[in-house]
Amino acid sequence: MLEIKDLHVEVEGEGIEILKGVNLTINKGEIHAIMGPNGSGKSTLAKVVAGHPEYEVTKGDIIYNGESILELDPDERSHAGLFLAFQYPVEVPGVTNNTLLRESYNTIAASRGREELDPLEFDDYIREKLDLVEMNPDFLERSVNTGFSGGEKKRNEIFQMAVLEPALALLDETDSGLDIDALRIVADGINKLHHEDNSVVLITHYQRLLNYIVPDHVHVMIGGKVVKSGGKELALELEEKGYDWLESLATVNGEAK
Amino acid sequence: MSETKALETMIGEEYKYGFTTDVEYEDFPKGINEDVVRLISEKKDEPEWMTEFRLKAYRRWVEMEEPSWFNATYTKPKFDKLQYYSAPKNKPKLNSLDEVDPNIRETYEKLGIPLEEQKMLAGVAVDAVFDSVSIFTTFKEKLAEAGVIFCSISEAIQEHPELVKKYMGSVVPANDNFYAALNSAVFSDGSFCYVPKDTICPMELSTYFRINNMNSGQFERTLIIAEENSHVSYLEGCTAPMYDENQLHAAVVELVAMDNAEIKYSTIQNWYSGDEDGKGGIFNFVTKRGACRGDNSKISWTQLETGSAVTLKYPSVILQGDNSVGEFYSVAVTNKRQQADTGTKMIHLGKNTKSTIISKGISAGKSDNSYRGEVKISKKADNARNYSQCDSMLIGQTCGAHTFPYIESANPTGKIEHEATTSRVGEDQIFYLQQRGLSEDDAISLIVNGFCKEVLKELPMEFAVEANKLLGIKLEGSVG
Ligand SMILES: Nc1ncnc2c1ncn2[C@@H]1O[C@H](COP(=O)(O)OP(=O)(O)OP(=O)(O)O)[C@@H](O)[C@H]1O
Ligand SMILES: [Mg+2]
Repeated sequence: MLEIKDLHVEVEGEGIEILKGVNLTINKGEIHAIMGPNGSGKSTLAKVVAGHPEYEVTKGDIIYNGESILELDPDERSHAGLFLAFQYPVEVPGVTNNTLLRESYNTIAASRGREELDPLEFDDYIREKLDLVEMNPDFLERSVNTGFSGGEKKRNEIFQMAVLEPALALLDETDSGLDIDALRIVADGINKLHHEDNSVVLITHYQRLLNYIVPDHVHVMIGGKVVKSGGKELALELEEKGYDWLESLATVNGEAK
Repeated sequence: MSETKALETMIGEEYKYGFTTDVEYEDFPKGINEDVVRLISEKKDEPEWMTEFRLKAYRRWVEMEEPSWFNATYTKPKFDKLQYYSAPKNKPKLNSLDEVDPNIRETYEKLGIPLEEQKMLAGVAVDAVFDSVSIFTTFKEKLAEAGVIFCSISEAIQEHPELVKKYMGSVVPANDNFYAALNSAVFSDGSFCYVPKDTICPMELSTYFRINNMNSGQFERTLIIAEENSHVSYLEGCTAPMYDENQLHAAVVELVAMDNAEIKYSTIQNWYSGDEDGKGGIFNFVTKRGACRGDNSKISWTQLETGSAVTLKYPSVILQGDNSVGEFYSVAVTNKRQQADTGTKMIHLGKNTKSTIISKGISAGKSDNSYRGEVKISKKADNARNYSQCDSMLIGQTCGAHTFPYIESANPTGKIEHEATTSRVGEDQIFYLQQRGLSEDDAISLIVNGFCKEVLKELPMEFAVEANKLLGIKLEGSVG
């Protein structure tokens, strides 16, 4: 489904290289977890896959469903089924969640030749999705992320995912900021949304999330590279040992951080 | 950056109203002096008191200095080169629409304002002002049935002199400011509206102003009077052709609301704003003021300012009556090299008077957008309250936004609250919305729409559609 090949990325116009040859393959139906210390490039990877204009791919490729998506705009990638739950969801004052989601849903539906929903139909549809993440309907009429608490923003991201039903969801630290009950509810929601035809990438610092959502593969990013991959037991090992023992792998190819 | 490009297609979209209409104009000398003022009055067959009013204003104007305290720079109009009166030739006393010059009729059709009553949006009466002259007023009879007078100001001077004499200049005195004085001397036409006691005006009233003639200044005069317990909603739309030369538009609008009366005045101003380099465009120097004379009266200004090269405009309310209410809702969008210095004045004189100011400035390109507002609470205005909120949004790195609030309170029971924010449409905001499937244009539209929401919802329905089109904004859904 997604194949990232030797991906090198710089901050546009500044020549600072952040990703230094990332390789990663995600198949349909799989759940992957990406872990790694602060500043290792996890969010950058997610944003580059989603097409953030701030970053420039200098080498390598991103293949999605068999085709390179490097030339696609972020909205085209979204139409193709890519979803990014942001580590820092953005506030859009004056635009209600409901308005944004209906525009999003209908734009994506139209791009795929599916039927658009009128406001009443959409209202029925969206209410089911609220239940999935146990979100209060009041949030539909509130401005997108504006004044939301940290945890509410994260839950709102998963609510949006539920509405848009992406084929590949990149969830960037969705667990950070959620209280214990909220974590369980959101994780349940993600599990319910996951099925054999879609894939999920969880970026996280905490092993605990992986007790709720069990990954098929765990990767460790350090210094802009995936330095180690393994099964779910790798997360437990990291919990125990930290990242120190892996640091040396980041420079193995003679390329220092 | 692509963000700026998207905005250009949105706000800076080719000006659709830039065409010119071929009409023959009456000859009229250029420049200004007492004879020219007299000639205007004569052309309009005005009574002596009106001619005097003009002359007095002219004499004051000659002694006044052109102001320069605002945040805008431009080449001053050459007052001796301007033409102060411009009327299409063959302007008969119009009794039916068939007599309107077909070219002019077509102009209004092109602007989306059909003058045929049956074609018009139900519930909107239109007064069409072409260059300086009122061309045609629709739905007159229907309004007359309700007792509402809606006609051109020239006609009002002939038919209702006692009303005009009583109210004209009573809110904006002839010597109020440089441009108001000039207007008082040479105003050519405009709309007049009188809503009698205990009357709810049965439809929206509107005037469409069109500047066509390249060398003429446009000086309209609008006067709206709402007697006790009456209610009227009035809309004003403005467009102009594209010329390389600047054109001057200096209007005066006066509103009077008596006890329990309410006037809602909405404007969509889309004069030509000049090109990329700031060449051409309208100078929009307008004096708009309302007097809440009666107790419990209310005056509400709503404006969407998107056009003009330079705008200086401060629709104000004098809150004389006890418990009277003044409101100002404004969206001002500037792009390219436009300069807007706009805001309001709320003068609290009566007790328990209340005013609300919501101003949204959006600047893009190399434009400059300033909010200037004054709230004054006089000694006798016990328990006066004001709430002001002035938000600026910047798109791109080359524009400017400024806020100049002036507050003066002479009564300790007064409450004034002022909030101001400045934000930038960020790459991250656009990226977030694009990630959710929206195109870059739609993302910007949504952000801008969200930003202006509180103001746009104040526009009457008939205008809301146009407003949204103008901003390139999709209407938000009607459910919930
Ligand atoms: N636009 C940018 N300009 C300069 N440096 C950047 C930019 N974007 C990212 N970086 C740098 O790239 C590195 C990787 O950042 P990134 O946000 O991807 O880390 P992360 O792995 O997600 O960290 P965390 O776990 O703290 O979220 C950091 O050192 C960051 O400062
Ligand atoms: Mg991160």
